[in-house]
Amino acid sequence: MTSYTADEMMAVEAARRIEDGTVCFVGIGLPSLAANLARRTHAPGCVLVYESGTIGAKPEALPLSIGDGELAETADAVVSVPEMFAYWLQGGRIDVGFLGAAQIDRHGNLNSTVIGEYDAPTVRLPGGGGAPEIALGVDDVFVMLRHSTRAFVEELDFTTSLGDDVRVVVTDLGILEPVDGELTLVAVHPGVDPDAARDATGWDLKVASDLPETEPPTETELAALRSLRARTAA
Amino acid sequence: MGIAPLSDAVSALVRDGDVVALEGFTHLIPHAAGHELIRQELRDLTLVRMTPDVVYDQLIGMGCARKLVFSWGGNPGVGSLHRLRDAVENGWPQPLEIEEHSHAGMAAAWAAGAANLPFGVLRGYRGGDLPGHTRVATIACPFTGEELAAVPAHRPDVGIVHAQRADRAGNVQLWGILGVQKEAVLASSRSIVTVEEVVDELTPVRGAIVLPSWVVDAVCVAPRGAHPSYAHGYYERDNDFYVAWDAISRDRDTFRAWMDENVLAAVPA
Repeated sequence: MTSYTADEMMAVEAARRIEDGTVCFVGIGLPSLAANLARRTHAPGCVLVYESGTIGAKPEALPLSIGDGELAETADAVVSVPEMFAYWLQGGRIDVGFLGAAQIDRHGNLNSTVIGEYDAPTVRLPGGGGAPEIALGVDDVFVMLRHSTRAFVEELDFTTSLGDDVRVVVTDLGILEPVDGELTLVAVHPGVDPDAARDATGWDLKVASDLPETEPPTETELAALRSLRARTAA
Repeated sequence: MGIAPLSDAVSALVRDGDVVALEGFTHLIPHAAGHELIRQELRDLTLVRMTPDVVYDQLIGMGCARKLVFSWGGNPGVGSLHRLRDAVENGWPQPLEIEEHSHAGMAAAWAAGAANLPFGVLRGYRGGDLPGHTRVATIACPFTGEELAAVPAHRPDVGIVHAQRADRAGNVQLWGILGVQKEAVLASSRSIVTVEEVVDELTPVRGAIVLPSWVVDAVCVAPRGAHPSYAHGYYERDNDFYVAWDAISRDRDTFRAWMDENVLAAVPA
């Protein structure tokens, strides 16, 4: 079998959750990789929306920023930022929103604002950007975050966005989903010991009694993903 | 002023202590104008922008700003803005007050400012910690009673944006990702637009908008004036520069040396 990286596993597992026709609010990095992979494999009709105002973007390479020129050139429509947030996000037109963060708690609440005190921060992070209203405005929130005790914490330093609509957290070790309101390990990636996920979680992580392994990336998925990345590096 | 040199426009229209917005959502960021503010040593500015990036990092690191109003302050796809962080975390070169919003809140505040309304209204700011640290209020819908968020409108003293081109009468045409540039011009008391070029006729372009000359105080020709951001149809985003900025800006001395060589010693447009 072809070997693959943890990031590739994350992108593939997130992409598999995007259905054909789903309208996705996409950020930069792994979410953009996942959404573009879905569009190139099983979900050619999924609609990629970037907060810069590009609706139905079809980039050949992965953008470095949410406002790269190729997104506008390939989009079905380009709208202003006030229109994006008012008519499209608040208007209820977006199905899925991807979010990342510096910290997550067991309820799926996210912190992308600050580490330490708000008024005397240890680390001032870039801030919430679109996250607070994405978390409120879409049907389903997908979170992509590498597992570590720094990120998966008992208590957030700051609550940037609420976890009410978080349906899945895809990590480099496995999949967490809310069970009775608490994020629970419901699958591990191939070869991952569930104790590794527990050790990398800052709260006492619940583990589903039936714990399947995710399917490793298929040759088709890996080929599509790597061709996207190759075009990006070129 | 019509079409004027950038240095003249900045000295005539921007004053110490002003609220200034240099807008641009990744695209068409007015870097050349920001550099002119730095060269003219403007001080105590309140800088407004949804996505402060490299040019705001430079303004803050050069001591031009006393306050920042923003919703996402990072180097897109790269990481932190080190000068912004140094100001917030360590007060260097001077303390920086921040007023932080969400993108949706900033967008609503811009639309309200352009519409000459006192506040913007949205379904947002619910539940998180940000409302305890910023200017937002809860209002009830007079018709249904639904609780909504109200954010004060942006009404800067000066709005500064970059565009692709203008005609000789000073009408401005821009296209591609439009961000909040139209709102920033219309919400501001005074405005400066830098352009790549002045042309005889503004021929139609897919998705383009026009800012009529009479809503713009000064149009200034600044070729490559958005670099390292980009101008759709003229040049691409210099992604390598955004990556390089991380190392340039991390250290105070390296930053100052870069600014001395590339901004202060540069000839204004």
